[in-house]
Order: sequence, then C-alpha cells, then structure tokens
Amino acid sequence: MSAAVSTDGRETGTALDIRGLTTTYGAVRALDDVSFAVPSGRITAVLGANGAGKTTLLRTISGLVPATSGTVALGSHDLSRTPAERMPGLGLAHVPEGRGVITEMTVEENLRLGGLGRRTGTEPVPLERVFDLFQVLGERRHGVAHQLSGGERQMLVIGRALMASPTVLLLDEPSLGLAPRIVAQILDLLGGLARDEGLTVLLVEQNARSALSVADRGVVLSLGRVVADESAATLAGDDQLRHAYLGF
Amino acid sequence: MQQLLSTTLTGLTLGMVYAAFALALVLIWRSTRIVNFAQAPMAMVTTLVALQVIDAGAPYWVGFLVALVSGLVLGAVVERVLVRPVEGKAEINAVILTLGLFIVLHAVAGLVFGNDYQSFPAPFGLSGFRVGDLNVALTGFGIFTIVIVLVVMAALAALFRFTDLGLRMRAAAFNPEVSRLLGVPVGRMLTIGWALAAVVGSLAGLLIAGGSLVYPSYMDSVVVFGFVAAVLGGLDSPVGAVVGGLLLGLALSYVSGYLGAQLVTLASLVILMLVLTLRPGGLFSSASARRV
Repeated sequence: MSAAVSTDGRETGTALDIRGLTTTYGAVRALDDVSFAVPSGRITAVLGANGAGKTTLLRTISGLVPATSGTVALGSHDLSRTPAERMPGLGLAHVPEGRGVITEMTVEENLRLGGLGRRTGTEPVPLERVFDLFQVLGERRHGVAHQLSGGERQMLVIGRALMASPTVLLLDEPSLGLAPRIVAQILDLLGGLARDEGLTVLLVEQNARSALSVADRGVVLSLGRVVADESAATLAGDDQLRHAYLGF
Repeated sequence: MQQLLSTTLTGLTLGMVYAAFALALVLIWRSTRIVNFAQAPMAMVTTLVALQVIDAGAPYWVGFLVALVSGLVLGAVVERVLVRPVEGKAEINAVILTLGLFIVLHAVAGLVFGNDYQSFPAPFGLSGFRVGDLNVALTGFGIFTIVIVLVVMAALAALFRFTDLGLRMRAAAFNPEVSRLLGVPVGRMLTIGWALAAVVGSLAGLLIAGGSLVYPSYMDSVVVFGFVAAVLGGLDSPVGAVVGGLLLGLALSYVSGYLGAQLVTLASLVILMLVLTLRPGGLFSSASARRV
C-alpha cells in the first residue's frame, strides 16, 4: 500500500491506485490515460462537467465497463480484469447513478441482497445497523421500495452498500434530484463513515461546491483526462480552475 | 347440476396444468423478456424420454423423476448454449431462436422417438367416483394433478420469498446491472431460472400426458393455452400465471361442456383478444411494467 497525503497533512494509505486507465466506446475515448490515487479512509471527489468521464470512471473501476488499458489496484487485486460481480467480495461497493434501488423488492429485501455479497471474511451486518443510520428505512422495512421518496431511495442504496462491509464505496451523483437538506444529510453521513469507520469514498458529483465541502481530495476530469488532482481546499481556492471546470 | 359439477372439476384440473405451463413461461419472461415458444417441445421431449424409461421396465415414478431431471438439464443447456449468446441483443433474436428450437425439437423427437401415437401411463386412477346420485368427474390422477401443481407453486413461492437463491434470482430478473454490483452472478441465476422453468414445463408435460397418447406435437395446443393463461394473469406475475391458468381452464371447460369442444381453441383466442384489448397488462401485472 503506497502513501498519499490528505487534507489534514497526515499520510494515509492508498485504497485504490488508478494507473493509465483508458476506456473507449467505439472511437470515443471516454477515459484517456487517467491516473490518480484514492487515499484510504478519506473522501475523494471526482468533479467535472457533463461528459467529462466521471460516471465512466466509476463504471470502469467496478467492472461494468471493460478498461481498454491501464490498471486499478485494490490491495493486491487488479480490478481492471475482475468481473463486476466479484467486486463486493473484494470490498468494493458501487452505488450507480440513478440510485439503483430494486423497486419491486421491499426495503428489507434490498438490504438483505446487499449483505449476500459481502466482503470475504466479514461477518454479516445486522439490518439494525442500517436502521440506526437511517431510521426511516426501519419504519418502512416491509414496504415496497418503489413507494420511497428520492431521498429515502438514496439512503436505501447507501445502506445496502454498507451491508456488504465495503472498504471502498463508489458513489455516483448522490445529490441528483434531491433537496439540499437531504444532500447535506447524506454528505454528513459519508463524512462520518470516512472519519469514524475508515471507509474510503470515491464521490462523483456535479455539484462541486457540495462535494468539496465534505471531500478531502478532488480530482477534476475534462474530456476523459485528469486536469487537476489536489486537496479539496486547494481546488476550492483555485479561482481559475473553479471557473474553468467546476462552474462556481 | 351434474354437468356443471363435471365441467367445473374438469376445468379445475386442466386449469392447474395450464397454470403450471404458464408459470414456466412467466419464470423465463420475468428474467429475460423472452416468450419461450420452445417450452412445449422441451416438455414433449422430456415426457418421451420418461416414456422410454417406463417402457424399458422402470416404475412410473422413475420415469417421472427422469423427465424432471431431463427438463432441468435441458433448460440449463438451452440457456447456456443457445440463449446466452443472444442475450443483450434485440429481444426478437431470442424469440426467433426459441421458435427455431421449437421446430428442431419436433424434428429430432420424430427421428428419435418416432411420430406414432404412444400410450403414456398414469400413476393413479382415471375414473371419477359417485356421491349418491352424482358422478363426480374428479379422478385420482386429477387430484394428483391439482395437489402436485399446488405443491410446486408453494415450493417456488417459498424459494423466491424466503431463500437467498430466490432473492438473487429475483434481483437478477429485475435489475441485472445493479445485481452484478451487489455480487449476484447474473448469468448463473438466468441458467437456474431457465432450468427451473423447464422443470415446471416438464411437469405440465407429464400431467397432460398421463393416461393419454403422446407424440411429437401433443403439447402444441398447450403452448397456446399456457400463453393465453400467462397473458390473462399478466406475464410478469407468477400469481397471475396460476390464476390465469385456473380461469382459462374453467372457461374453456365450460365452453367445451356447454357450447361444444370444437369451439375451445376459438374461445381461447377470443379470451386473448379481450385481455389484450381491455387489460393488456393482464389481471395481476401493473400496466407500467408490461412490455408488449
């Protein structure tokens, strides 16, 4: 495990090491030689405009899209050659854009499903742990998931991901379509999980201001290439970069 | 009264068979969005395999078991070898593939087992019984049919509701991509789904065959009735398949009993048209979930 530096100046291990990652859709290079390290137990925000390659980056890391070249190291495992269904067992959870609730199932069934593919060698996570984090899910545990609001669905997919005891959580656009108050709650929760439980979060967000408020580091993508890889504070303070790529 | 009782009991028995067959269609539709037109000849093949075993001197129940196991293997092989390569492509490809398999299995069955009518045994009596002055048209085999279909449906319901395998299978059917991200081996779940569906289809084949004649096309009408039952209940709904099968069995039995047996196929077509016109999602399927 190599070292990286986080916002607080302390060295931390590298949870994910992405080197030369390239993904193509036909003739289009959605990711072009992307390299950066994701520090353990920290939140790293991936920022950029629509079409920058943020979602493709997460889909490539989690094996939904095959990498054309490059590597993604999670410990000793090269994820770029690993099928998506093996990722939870290795400790990587991916909450996709659009939330990915299985709406035909109950809240409890969604959560149980998350626990079935848990990280190898870990004990099952009790449902009550998720209900402690998200009380509303406990109240609706027997309800069908399509009855949940957008915010509750986001809580459900995060809770479902936590049922797998991941070491790395990939989260794609959690703020999409949610009220600012709910977004703040979710980001606070992620901050707590990273700080208190050592969860590594790779957060893709359109809303750069919110993401940088909770993240330790930020990686800015433009047209599939990394144009900045800095601490969140540095990115937030770089007026030129903010105006050029982050829209605030 | 006598006729009403007879036609109702006959309809109930037939309806259970249609329900089993419809359930086999629904299991595959839910997971792959394919109407498996080869379900009937697959069941025909496994029934004819069972007949060879029974004719060779084995007890009925050995043949029965051989048919179900053959169905399990055949369903898995069809999914893994034929359907898997066209998964993710246009759904019409897989549908045409099942139609092709329908033709191939008929031809192969004719070559291997012959095209002659062959008598298939029944494990229980084929006569009704009397209660006072009433002839009750419920045979031992009819009771067996009703009981075993109910047992299979309860077992499937328990599998899907209470087991981890069932949870994974449902997830793979509802949302394959998210399921993969949750560690579900979606391909394996689809293979198991096809295998289970083929077992249920094989059971329907055995129940239709019991005490009657079998030949390569003996299941062809059942695929029509099974499909109508599945559409009537809602192609997405296992419960709908059961209810649809029962309603269709009763309706066709009444048509046969009161209007004439020659109108049965026409009546099933009328029911299909009425359902597609008035409630295209079927009785148990939400309109938004239905894809035609």
